[in-house]
Amino acid sequence: MVPTNYYVILSAILFGLGVFAFIFKRNIITIFMSIELMLNAVNLAFVAFSQALGKLDGQVFVLFVIVVAAAEAAVGLGIIILIARNRQTLNVERVDLLKL
Amino acid sequence: MGWEMTASLVVFFVLAALAVIGALSLIIQKHPIHSALSLIVVMVALAGLYLLMGAEFVAAVQIIVYGGAIMVLFVFVIMLLNAGVEEHTSISKMAGVPGLLLVVALAGFVAAAIARSAASVQSVSQSGTMSSTKEISGMIFKDFVYPFELTSFLILVAILGATVLAQREKS
Repeated sequence: MVPTNYYVILSAILFGLGVFAFIFKRNIITIFMSIELMLNAVNLAFVAFSQALGKLDGQVFVLFVIVVAAAEAAVGLGIIILIARNRQTLNVERVDLLKL
Repeated sequence: MGWEMTASLVVFFVLAALAVIGALSLIIQKHPIHSALSLIVVMVALAGLYLLMGAEFVAAVQIIVYGGAIMVLFVFVIMLLNAGVEEHTSISKMAGVPGLLLVVALAGFVAAAIARSAASVQSVSQSGTMSSTKEISGMIFKDFVYPFELTSFLILVAILGATVLAQREKS
């Protein structure tokens, strides 16, 4: 069996890469994908601790996280379509209506 | 015991390397469709890791919902909007350097904090050969039945919201 630490460290690395993609990427769709990457990293930690503790609560929480991610993807992509229709761009630097 | 341990360690490191390479590729690729394909690699690798941990139901849901439904939605929107190569200004390129340092610090901090608590958890661990699908279904429909019903409401609201947001305005 693989030690739980390895899974947790991998989860932290993936979460960090997701955060970096979130602040570095400029395309709004890619930013949205990096949010999904962070959710996946958290799911990995959930399952790792569920296996380490011998309880299944963590896996049930992962299912709920996946449901929320699906709902979030549907609404978020609707918003992205709306932004692209109104501003004719997918670059977040061009979406600056609230900027001074 | 020893042979089994090394075999699962090898599988773990192969899948972990695949996931990290996919995540790096998501950042490096310029075109959003390439980033989406990289994200699918990450999700399939994570599904393999779930199988390695004996969570076969979560692995199946990961492939079907994440690798299937959500990523198809992403690819569909990318094609619908005809998204091109992303453009960086000089300021946003400069922001990458301190951002990278901060992210390394964040990942190290999180890993150190959680790995320390995981070390105390480890003594409880046993072999992951429980029939988890049956027990998960029991938990969802007994212990977590109200949250489960609420998720169906959430999905309904999300469908309505997406439909209202994406419809063309009547002029």
